[in-house]
Amino acid sequence: MIKKDLCIIGSGPAGLTAAVYGARYKIDQVLIGNLDGGLMTTSHKICNYPGETEISGIDLALKMEQQVKSLEVDKITANVIDIIKSNDNFKVILSNSKEIEAKNIILATGTVHRHLGLENEERFLGKGISYCATCDAMFYRDKIVAVIGGSDSANTAALYLANVAKKVYQIYRKDKLRGETAWIDQIKKNDKIEVIYNAEIKKIEGAEKLESIIINENGVEKNLQIDGMFVEIGSQPDRTLIDKLNLETDSGSYIITKPDQSTSVDSVYAAGDITTNSDSFRQIITACSEGSIAAKSVFEKLQKD
Amino acid sequence: MSKVIELTSENFKSEVLDSELPVLVDFWAPWCMPCKMMAPVLDEMSVELDGEIKIAKVDVENPLNQSLAREYQIQSIPNMKLFKNGLVSKDYVGLRDKEGFISELNSEL
Repeated sequence: MIKKDLCIIGSGPAGLTAAVYGARYKIDQVLIGNLDGGLMTTSHKICNYPGETEISGIDLALKMEQQVKSLEVDKITANVIDIIKSNDNFKVILSNSKEIEAKNIILATGTVHRHLGLENEERFLGKGISYCATCDAMFYRDKIVAVIGGSDSANTAALYLANVAKKVYQIYRKDKLRGETAWIDQIKKNDKIEVIYNAEIKKIEGAEKLESIIINENGVEKNLQIDGMFVEIGSQPDRTLIDKLNLETDSGSYIITKPDQSTSVDSVYAAGDITTNSDSFRQIITACSEGSIAAKSVFEKLQKD
Repeated sequence: MSKVIELTSENFKSEVLDSELPVLVDFWAPWCMPCKMMAPVLDEMSVELDGEIKIAKVDVENPLNQSLAREYQIQSIPNMKLFKNGLVSKDYVGLRDKEGFISELNSEL
């Protein structure tokens, strides 16, 4: 059993920043994560993180991870499969069978990609369906692809895919794209991208792999022959650990947090995309901000203990 | 410590298709963060499962390997394929932790 004052769960920008601040405060801590950088690793281009005019999500993740490494943070690559509250501590059980006894928890597990919930979606994962344009765009050189969604992540995926694909359909259920105007302007100027507004995907078809989709555009059903489809319809918190800790959430499963990042359960803090803080803006910079505040709150609590 | 074999179009047949042991082939690329996180997991597995299964990897960014990516219809990475007697018997798409992956593999071996 590993004993720690703080166990940070999640190695996206919130968790990594909490670990940086925790290390500077010399908190006896451990960081648990399975994907350094978390969801930002799926961004091919980040242009709104101060100090970086333009950087890929992977490179920013690697920079943050290297900073944590340089501070000699105790870091374990694993999934958390259970958390049990016992007396004043939490027993954190990892997928590698290791157990950690921690006085405080910072939950920074972010969100997971939302799926369409259509038949064949899971079957064609890796066979035409992807949730990461940055990872998989290169396999669609000169092919026809569709991007589902109209937010920043969908917009940047469409632009990235247009660099390699022959044609990009962007299918969105509303009548105009949302998100940063800079991306929307680029989409409008890009000849390869055709945005289909007021449209919803109804069916995913194919024998061994994705071959076509049926969409409903303004009440009319259409069949689009495509080679690949990138689902970018947002993300939502994974409730597993939220439920194990019995944390209070809003109706969208986001953890209700106070300004000091504390939650409804004593000694449990939350930071990043998984919380209701930062006006629900859910940016890398707000995740970092919340991670730093959570670490400070734990430090101040430990000082009092 | 790693016993992961680096594959190219040249040694693919001898290391994978003609192998007596089952071979888990990881199709990966440097631009993919989940692939980078998967690499140390596969390194450890290659030592722990030595003698039961071979673990190998193909960098699909390398132009010399793109014919392999096309032949095996790689469209998402990390994409790991289990080869038995030269044929793909199972696909595993996406990042996995070591313990879970070993138990998934054991059910196929």
